[in-house]
Amino acid sequence: MIVKPHVDWFALAPSLALLAASGLLLMVAVFVPRRGRKPTPAVLAFGGFVASGIWAAFLDDRSAHATALVHDAMWRDRWGALAQVILAGAGAVAVLLSYGERMRDEHVAEYYALLTAAGAGMAFFVQAGNLMTLFLGLEWFSIALYVLTAIDIDLVGSLEAGLKYLVIGAFGSATLLFGSALVYGVTGELSFDRIAATGHGHDAMLVVGLAMIIVGLAFKASAAPFHMWTPDAYQGAPTSVTAFMASATKIAALVVTYRVLTTAFPHDQHLWRVAIAVIAIVSLAWGNIAALVQRNVKRILAYSSVSHAGFMLIAVAAANPLGARALLYYLVPYAAMSLGAFGVVAARERELQRPVTLQNLAGFGWERPFLGVAMWVFMLGMLGFPLTGGFIGKFYVFAAAYDHGYWWLIVAGVIATMISAYYYLGIIRAMYFRDAAELQLAPAGGSPPFDPMLTAGVAIALAVTVGSFFAVQPLIDVARSAASALPL
Amino acid sequence: MLTTALIAIPIVGALIVAMAPLSGYWLGSLATLISLVEVAVWITTAGRFDFGSSSLQFDQRASWFSDLQVSWHVGQYRFSLWFVGMTVVVMAACTIYGWWAGRERARAYFALMLLLNGAIVGVFTAQDLLLFYAFFEAMLIPLYVLIGVWGGAGRLRATLTFVVYTVVGSLLMLAAIIVFGLQQGTFDMTRMGTSSSQWLFLGFVVAFAIKSPLFPFHGWLPISYRESPPEVSAVLSGIVGKAGLYGLLRIAIPFFPQPVHDWRVVILILASISLVYGSLLAFRAPDFRGVVMYSSLAQAGLIVLGLFAGNTLGFDGAVLQIVNHALVSTSLFLIAGMVERRTGTRGEFSLLGGMARGRPALATVIMAVGVISLAVPLSTTFAGEFLILAGVFQQGWIWAVIGAAAMVLAAMYMLRAISGVLHQDVGPAVSENALDLRLGELAILVPLVLCLIGLSAWPNLISSRASSPAPAGWTQYAP
Repeated sequence: MIVKPHVDWFALAPSLALLAASGLLLMVAVFVPRRGRKPTPAVLAFGGFVASGIWAAFLDDRSAHATALVHDAMWRDRWGALAQVILAGAGAVAVLLSYGERMRDEHVAEYYALLTAAGAGMAFFVQAGNLMTLFLGLEWFSIALYVLTAIDIDLVGSLEAGLKYLVIGAFGSATLLFGSALVYGVTGELSFDRIAATGHGHDAMLVVGLAMIIVGLAFKASAAPFHMWTPDAYQGAPTSVTAFMASATKIAALVVTYRVLTTAFPHDQHLWRVAIAVIAIVSLAWGNIAALVQRNVKRILAYSSVSHAGFMLIAVAAANPLGARALLYYLVPYAAMSLGAFGVVAARERELQRPVTLQNLAGFGWERPFLGVAMWVFMLGMLGFPLTGGFIGKFYVFAAAYDHGYWWLIVAGVIATMISAYYYLGIIRAMYFRDAAELQLAPAGGSPPFDPMLTAGVAIALAVTVGSFFAVQPLIDVARSAASALPL
Repeated sequence: MLTTALIAIPIVGALIVAMAPLSGYWLGSLATLISLVEVAVWITTAGRFDFGSSSLQFDQRASWFSDLQVSWHVGQYRFSLWFVGMTVVVMAACTIYGWWAGRERARAYFALMLLLNGAIVGVFTAQDLLLFYAFFEAMLIPLYVLIGVWGGAGRLRATLTFVVYTVVGSLLMLAAIIVFGLQQGTFDMTRMGTSSSQWLFLGFVVAFAIKSPLFPFHGWLPISYRESPPEVSAVLSGIVGKAGLYGLLRIAIPFFPQPVHDWRVVILILASISLVYGSLLAFRAPDFRGVVMYSSLAQAGLIVLGLFAGNTLGFDGAVLQIVNHALVSTSLFLIAGMVERRTGTRGEFSLLGGMARGRPALATVIMAVGVISLAVPLSTTFAGEFLILAGVFQQGWIWAVIGAAAMVLAAMYMLRAISGVLHQDVGPAVSENALDLRLGELAILVPLVLCLIGLSAWPNLISSRASSPAPAGWTQYAP
């Protein structure tokens, strides 16, 4: 007879809420008449993310002590719950940004169904407690994202981007799976804490397995040198999808990287700390230098996201309480800034009906004052300037690195920031310092469309970016209690 | 509360200006009003200030995030009061100049000027290292746009140069701040002890030397000062540069007594080079702004001589001279703007000349400011320079000799500039239509000149109310 494990449905609710929304959305695609095909799915998807976020917040409140679920397959703890709250917020804003995206009527509901499915996968992923659920969660949201990247078949490059993402992403997943198999082979255990408990020595096969797991996760976090798909996928995907990928995927991948490394491999920390630090430095160098020569704004932001992965990996490499707090804190303004920045790019793209380059951003700041100021704030935030949470995030990350004695990571981060000033300020320069008249840019088809949903999304992102600068203490308090769920 | 108010008034004002449903002219008058209110609040502060006490006054402290001991901590020492005072006066003059000049895109312009005003006051009053850094960086944001949007033809390159230099400097400082703060266990400057780390000291000094600027970190200066709108040049040279000097005075010198001792000679040499080299460049400059901007380099060198003299004489002289130079260079840059506007030139001496004839107000103002700036005896700048030289003499007679020689050079370049504009033959660009100073312009310049004349009559107002006896935490100040 099969013994069914006890299932804590409440702990799975954030993921299930999104899954339910996704299922409903597929029904909407069939049953709702054409007239309601645009608003209904958006409302449903937004509701799904909000419900998931609220549930996750409750879960965070009621999970002071970490408990294992379903035979250690999942964890119910504040680390996962807080990540779910951030993910749900990112997803909700992504829905707002998606609303005005040019989509074929018949595909609107599928789009949102995939978006919520990806969100559900990520919410599941961050709770993963063993190697099986780890892989399952990863594939779950990845497959949804592969399709989302290629969903706009009218968009030049979208299919190509989807294919590239699929091939490279599948390679990353396969690496992760192979690594998991090796680790299982050595330890005979699947769940993270029991892998740690076997007290495995320096088995070469285990080290190889660990390395492959790190590589697999680094693919998802788009850390260099595993970022090859990032610029193409970010550029080719519909901009609202890019916004979601840049924020949510990174949140999920980094949070899980930290969890896996600290819970399953605490005995090998002398190895993975250095490995992560090296990946961080490579990401910082590659992301920032490659961004310097880009003209397409989405590509610039894609490389900038690679460099931000580097910054957050500094916190992972430090792997001390300060580092865990730094990572969770950094994710909040980072998610807001990337959602907002891609939202502004989407607005420009929709009014010009062509890809946004530095050239055709000219005068944008004066034509659309609110979006211009918002973009200005996002760029300064990514650069780590005061009055944005990006500044405090970098400060915390550096403090964590110093706390662990990795002063050379501070040096790398500072040099990377210096380089990044060129392209972040370059975007501000493109928006404000040049006149649109001299480039003869005009919105395609009359005056620029006003999109209240997008404006609301950007406004939320702006509020979070600036608000996280002032409300550091509450955010750090939540992050501290979340970090206490993990051993290191 | 008053200190917080001094920071908050312009920043809140900036938000109001950014959103008020008014036309350009009225936005300008609103911004002017706000900057004048700021001056009034500062006068109130100065009136209530207890100059007999060397401790922090009007301070306010609230925790920002506690695990790293970072707080919103602002307050004013006696010398801070003068820094804030010169800031609010200069910013008011420059805001009014922008209003008078009718800058385009008024909403953004005035909002940014007010934001800049608040950020600079923040720099001079922050008593938490991270807060100081936040304000220090926040200054750059409005400046970047002010130069980039309202600047001259070469503004794109100017902003790039300016930003590259300052970002490099400030990030070095950020690294130093993080390490220093975590070592001390707090970021509150009133509770920090000293450090003997050479690296941290250099991280701070390089950032401040770039901002001041000091030779050889002055590469951003020529293009930024020439391409900015004149009132922004005035702010850059008058007060933003002073933020660098303030950093030396408030952070680099008190917290790093041992490195200060070790590096004193190097810094004095660099300051001397700035002084002499800046003066020579000013003498060779082909345009009016060139003279003023290189004289700023020279003056920064002189002030650093005073700061690193390591005694109260030099310190008092430096504070006095900082205020003097803020007023002088603001006046000169604004005059440069007015002359350029009248003649349609960029201030080249080859195109100017003979403007004194038929323009008595212009001639009087230029003469008054010019004469004060070249430190004739009885002027406030003479008092400041004298104190600095007397102070630095104690470090070695050679520094005083260099300083005295530079005073002669100052007379040379300033008289050349005055005669290049006012005297000699009438320049090709000077037409009969170039009028004398109007009432609006006089309303900006005359108060500045009156401040200078007032200080000339009573330099002791500042020099005896700056440092001595040394404020808390300054006991290490002695050489």
